[in-house]
Amino acid sequence: MEIVEKLKKNQFLFAQLVHRDFTKKYKRTVLGIAWSVLSPLLTLLVMNIIFGTLLGANIEHYTIYLFTGQLIFSFFNDSTNEGMTSLLNNAEIFTKVNVPKYMFLFSKNISSLINFGITLGIYFVFVAINGIPFTWKFVLLLFPILCLVVFNLGMGLILSAMYVFFRDIQYLYGIFTMLLMYMSAIFYSIDTFPQIGKNLFLLNPVYVYIRYFRKIVIEGDIPSVWLHLVAAGYAVLAFGIGAWIYKKKNHSFLYYV
Amino acid sequence: MGVMLKAENVAIRYITGDFKDIGLKEYTMRRLTGNYQVKEFRAVDGVSFELHEGDMLGIIGSNGAGKSTLLKAVAGIMEPTQGKITANGDVAALLELGSGFDGDLTVKENAYLRGAMLGYTKEFMDETYEQIIDFAELKEFENRPFKQLSSGMKSRLAFSIASLVQPDILILDEVLSVGDGAFQEKSAKKMREIISQGATTILVSHSLEQIRELCNKVLWLDHGRQVAFGDSAEICDRYEAFLRGE
Repeated sequence: MEIVEKLKKNQFLFAQLVHRDFTKKYKRTVLGIAWSVLSPLLTLLVMNIIFGTLLGANIEHYTIYLFTGQLIFSFFNDSTNEGMTSLLNNAEIFTKVNVPKYMFLFSKNISSLINFGITLGIYFVFVAINGIPFTWKFVLLLFPILCLVVFNLGMGLILSAMYVFFRDIQYLYGIFTMLLMYMSAIFYSIDTFPQIGKNLFLLNPVYVYIRYFRKIVIEGDIPSVWLHLVAAGYAVLAFGIGAWIYKKKNHSFLYYV
Repeated sequence: MGVMLKAENVAIRYITGDFKDIGLKEYTMRRLTGNYQVKEFRAVDGVSFELHEGDMLGIIGSNGAGKSTLLKAVAGIMEPTQGKITANGDVAALLELGSGFDGDLTVKENAYLRGAMLGYTKEFMDETYEQIIDFAELKEFENRPFKQLSSGMKSRLAFSIASLVQPDILILDEVLSVGDGAFQEKSAKKMREIISQGATTILVSHSLEQIRELCNKVLWLDHGRQVAFGDSAEICDRYEAFLRGE
């Protein structure tokens, strides 16, 4: 109840923050929003050329396989990297006005979400071109998307708080996400791994969301209840930790800026 | 008349030290070598006062007396470590007006953003925007990037937006006069108008003259501690005597 009331009270401010973040992100570049869509597509093209013949021979619908991984990982990467600086960059505001501090992160995430939405549209065009039939099961994709949004918000809360305390987190996180990308089975298949290796991949939340997508889109299967629980579990866990840090440190942030 | 704001034995902790602008690497190194120092002190300690409707409180004291920290606690930006602050109504704080704008956005966009920060609604901004931009004398700049404005223009805009607040409790930190000659007069007049509307107001100013003129109550702080709280004239006299070294 309290949160709903707060959001209502700050609705206009939130809209203004979204407007600001969006304008700033796209004002400078000539291609604007087109660029942020074009960039993953170019990555996809390069990866497809390089890995397509190398690793893709045994993977069904390799382009879609690759695109799925790329789509999910880019969203995660974009959202968390943009989110990390959101709190500190608004230090001038939250040290002078009493506003809910998570609004800065949420506002940044709206931009990332819009980006993701557009790329998702293109993704479905590619799915259609590849001759994959659209079934009712595609509706289930809303579930991993929702989980991923919540997971990204949670990671963003954690990272943005840590970034206020330790500024070199940004570089460490850059290395971390690069490793994570290689461990997310974006361009290779894990079918030939022994069972224990396959299970280890489930420790990677990003892989779990990619897996869910591929299961529905490429294999046309509904994932197990277990995978649903894992997907939701990561989201709740990350968001819970993030919210807890924000609540606990709410009045400490201003000492660090 | 009802009590609008009540501070009971308020203490606010402040920390300062090596943790600022530090990286994880440096933090670990300093921790390992024992070279990590954090100093904790009470920026405000044992402050109590009570304000009624229409009261105007002036806070006086030298630099580092804890004035700004106390204002931040009243505004809800900081939290008292001890004691309690009870506000009976909306609080609007106008602290350091010139900062917090975004250089890349236009003047108009910044006006809306600032309005939103002060808790205005969209309808209110749509209605009053023309009035704001006229008062700030920035009509011809409204679609220019904010960073092209001079600092005087910036504070003029900030003041114009802020001067529309109608809170129950208003906090002013050295904002009574901004801009150059003509605008200064205009803004001081506007400010008196706001105060006379009956809001309970807290004012921090280095001008004792201003405090004597506007405030009916004064709180005197020294190194965070409350020296006196009471009627304006009496405490201003004592403070002046203190400054003269008596």
